[in-house]
Amino acid sequence: MAYNTYSLKEAANRPERLVAGHRMCAGCGGPVAVRAVLRALRPEDRAVACVATSCLEVSSCTYPYTSWRDSFLHTAFENAAASASGVEAACAALRRRGKIEDEYKIITFGGDGGTYDIGFQSLSGAMERGTDMVYVCYDNEAYMNTGIQRSSSTPAFADTTTSATGPKSAGKPQYKKDLTKIMAAHHIPYVAQTTFIGNFKDIHRKSETAIYTAGPAFLNVLAPCPRGWRYEASDLMEICKAAVESCVWPLFEVVDGEWILNYEPKKKLPVTDYLRLQGRFKHLFEPGKEDILEAIQDDIDQRWEELKALCDMA
Amino acid sequence: MSKRDRLSGNEAVATAIRQIDPDVIAAFPITPSTEIPQYISSFKAEGLIGTEFVTVESEHSAMSACIGASAAGARAMTATSSAGMALMYELLYVAASDRLPIVMAAVNRALSGPININADHSDSMGARDSGWIQIYSENAQEAYDNMLMAHRIAEHPDVMLPVMICQDGFITSHAVENVVIEDDSFVKGFVGEYRPEKYLLNPDEPLGVGPYSVSIFYMEIKRQQFEAMSKARAVIAQVSADFTAQTGREYGMLEKYRMDGAELAILIMSSAAGTGKDAVDILRAKGVKAGLVKLRVFRPFPAEDVAEALGGLKALGIMDRSDGFSACGGPLGAEVRAALYGKADGIRTINYIYGLGGRDMRTEDFEHIFGELAAMRDGGEAPDCRYQGVRE
Repeated sequence: MAYNTYSLKEAANRPERLVAGHRMCAGCGGPVAVRAVLRALRPEDRAVACVATSCLEVSSCTYPYTSWRDSFLHTAFENAAASASGVEAACAALRRRGKIEDEYKIITFGGDGGTYDIGFQSLSGAMERGTDMVYVCYDNEAYMNTGIQRSSSTPAFADTTTSATGPKSAGKPQYKKDLTKIMAAHHIPYVAQTTFIGNFKDIHRKSETAIYTAGPAFLNVLAPCPRGWRYEASDLMEICKAAVESCVWPLFEVVDGEWILNYEPKKKLPVTDYLRLQGRFKHLFEPGKEDILEAIQDDIDQRWEELKALCDMA
Repeated sequence: MSKRDRLSGNEAVATAIRQIDPDVIAAFPITPSTEIPQYISSFKAEGLIGTEFVTVESEHSAMSACIGASAAGARAMTATSSAGMALMYELLYVAASDRLPIVMAAVNRALSGPININADHSDSMGARDSGWIQIYSENAQEAYDNMLMAHRIAEHPDVMLPVMICQDGFITSHAVENVVIEDDSFVKGFVGEYRPEKYLLNPDEPLGVGPYSVSIFYMEIKRQQFEAMSKARAVIAQVSADFTAQTGREYGMLEKYRMDGAELAILIMSSAAGTGKDAVDILRAKGVKAGLVKLRVFRPFPAEDVAEALGGLKALGIMDRSDGFSACGGPLGAEVRAALYGKADGIRTINYIYGLGGRDMRTEDFEHIFGELAAMRDGGEAPDCRYQGVRE
């Protein structure tokens, strides 16, 4: 389906490939990301989902049940991309030898723990090798499956169970790793950053482009976690919108090395409008933390300007 | 027509891999198995194999890619040693529990530290509880032959378990020997086609591999692995007998060397068995009732064959090329003694730790050991476990 003919109704009416009955929390961005990505598959096309150990994995394929209509592979936490490259190699070998006829789209899902951190090496290797697959990071900015520990994706000053707040700590001391930019530095055909906005056109188009681009593609999807971020389940979309409107999570893509900004807010929201929605930043709104809020705003502003420069919009 | 060629252990195994022409190989170089992926690359470059060669960035990814490929329905192989195998440990368990018949060319090398590139068995012994079948080779010929048998064993419907074919680093992997190489067409016929029953790329039946398994199911999955490993004994015997019938080269769970009438014997695996046989010949010429048992299959452990082969001995030296640091011996010592208990009681045993980090094991060392065994047979006292060939 071409970009300009996107219809949410048509996309939403496609047969679900991650079906109901999984055990992810209400208000979690994980299954929303998976369903949005899988909706971009042409219904007649076959896929194999490779999933890193994560909330998604333990909650969607719990023996003897599965929510996945397509074949599904989980091996471990740090190696989803490597496992997927084995599936891709098998696909190539078996097709060439006439043992299978169908083409399969290999789609890999990992959380930020399995992608930014423990799985970073295998992801980098698989992308560098030119593996024909889409790697989707559902980024909820902490190790949620083990109970909300900080990751290299956790934003600065967030309260997590390993970056606890207290009289001597204002939360995570380090800033968030820019993984999307690192993936772009692999010079792969397609890299994009997206989340759930409006009618899901952005994530749908990027998923479709990623799936139907030959070679490796990487999608980074901001996928909030109600337990870790501490928001009401019904606030998921509002938080994603605030992330985009405050430029905390810009929507952009890198197509064959060309950086394209997909959305520029007419009026950039102050970062506090985003932080205030989440319990993990609650401590930053106590008196005397103004300098921290300012530092966060400065960091977001600097990253936004850098991105605009890359997109030739400075 | 088979032919005789001068090959190192690595070359012999690489030749077997070329003849098998698997669907996928994922490997990362590590001394002393590095030559194997190098050969794969040149076979690809010369158009001799149709294998997809995944040049991964680590051994962890090598085993992960093998699991992905095997789950997808491909015949998948890898090669590794030492720290590389240790980096795979997590995934070795996954491969076995997923019942994926992956075959690994394992070239045994010591584990760090201190860092050392030479032969011992600490790498594969660290994987002994991972659920892989382990077959050990004395020389390049055996490494080649075992590789030809590996897929038949791994892919047998009663088994469906991964197999590692072990040979000693440098001693076997790099030494050039005369090796009988079978015809390509013979190998293709002997190994046969792989037709998996369940696989990810089956359009008629999507499959979930590696689900989360809670305590109400986990133990049943382990019990099935136990069942498969138990059945592997008969399958290994059957495949080995078929190989022997077709090539004339004899293979069983173990090899008995001059055990008729033996009172003293050693039990050993891999390359040092050759030296041990020489020592037995020297001692037999002197009238010593010496013998040797070479264990070929370590997993599944052939306890009954071991008890049968050793029954009637007066004294036994159990030779471990790795130390389990239990402070009472190595892994082979523990398992062989357990196999003898209640089945072949009364044999006095010493568990020797030898050859760590490539330390030479000479005929003189074996003669010394047989001397200690003779003294023990004659009523002398000896410790349960001792290091051979070490400065103390």
